[in-house]
Amino acid sequence: MANIEDKMESLGFVYEFYVKMKKNKINLAYEGEITHQITKAFTSLTESNMAKEEDYNSVQKKVFHVMVECLQNISKHAENRHSVVTSKDGRGIFMVSKGETEYNVTTGNIIGNDKILGLKKMLDNINSLDKMGLKKLYKQQMREGRLSDKGGAGLGFIDIARKTGEKLIFSFLTINESKSFFVLTSTISRLK
Amino acid sequence: MQVIKMKGSDDTPKIILDKQNGLFEISGRSLPEDVAAFYEPILDWLDEYAETPNKKTVFEFKLEYFNTASSKLILDVLLKLEDMSDDGNEILVKWYFPDDDEDMEEAGEEYADIVEVPFEQVSYSID
Repeated sequence: MANIEDKMESLGFVYEFYVKMKKNKINLAYEGEITHQITKAFTSLTESNMAKEEDYNSVQKKVFHVMVECLQNISKHAENRHSVVTSKDGRGIFMVSKGETEYNVTTGNIIGNDKILGLKKMLDNINSLDKMGLKKLYKQQMREGRLSDKGGAGLGFIDIARKTGEKLIFSFLTINESKSFFVLTSTISRLK
Repeated sequence: MQVIKMKGSDDTPKIILDKQNGLFEISGRSLPEDVAAFYEPILDWLDEYAETPNKKTVFEFKLEYFNTASSKLILDVLLKLEDMSDDGNEILVKWYFPDDDEDMEEAGEEYADIVEVPFEQVSYSID
């Protein structure tokens, strides 16, 4: 059992965490399993917040799109820290921050190092394309792609890039020789 | 033929498939937990309908939102309609979109490009 000093220290951490969240304008942060229920809860929470803020309808829809695709990516593709799989849903970190002019949706999850090359190639390709190029890729993937066992259509990242009109910002941080932490940020402009 | 009528929810669309009354509609939001399982009965129904379709079929899509996983299944529905059209049946797809929703309008245009079936885009206003 933790002693009093440890507990007091963790209270200090709560304040630090609060300050950091405020500083980075984070209005939603979560770490854990991403289930369908979580996806629904976060999207409806953000929707009602945005409605209160009177964000443009088009902005609200884009944020909703990006959140759903990001959350589903984690739930379908994240690997577990330990090899023993206890749940069908992946886990990871999910954050939404709101600045004066933009929303940022950030996800972080563990992936196998063997997946990095393919994922990086796909994201670099998406980032190299303009609006028309993305449209072509989306249509091609919809026509030729098959729904995976996990129910993914291989369209999520392309859709995010199209809906936001921004480059996908991502990074792979090495954990050990077999796993890495994949971080991705999508930006949605709050201006029409 | 059996009628499929499903009420929409915050993650599943409203579905009406009614041969007798000539009503074919998918509307609302589509981000079901298991897209393949959700759309399976709809695709099965269309397979059965394709054997003896009505003289004319007007299929209406009035979606507010769909995720990318659903987009693939919506294409599967459209491909079934394309097959019926190829077999010489009169098919019309009506794709409704809110007049301020360019993304939904564009999604309709893209489907119209991919499938060869008479396709009509209809804008509507929401207040």
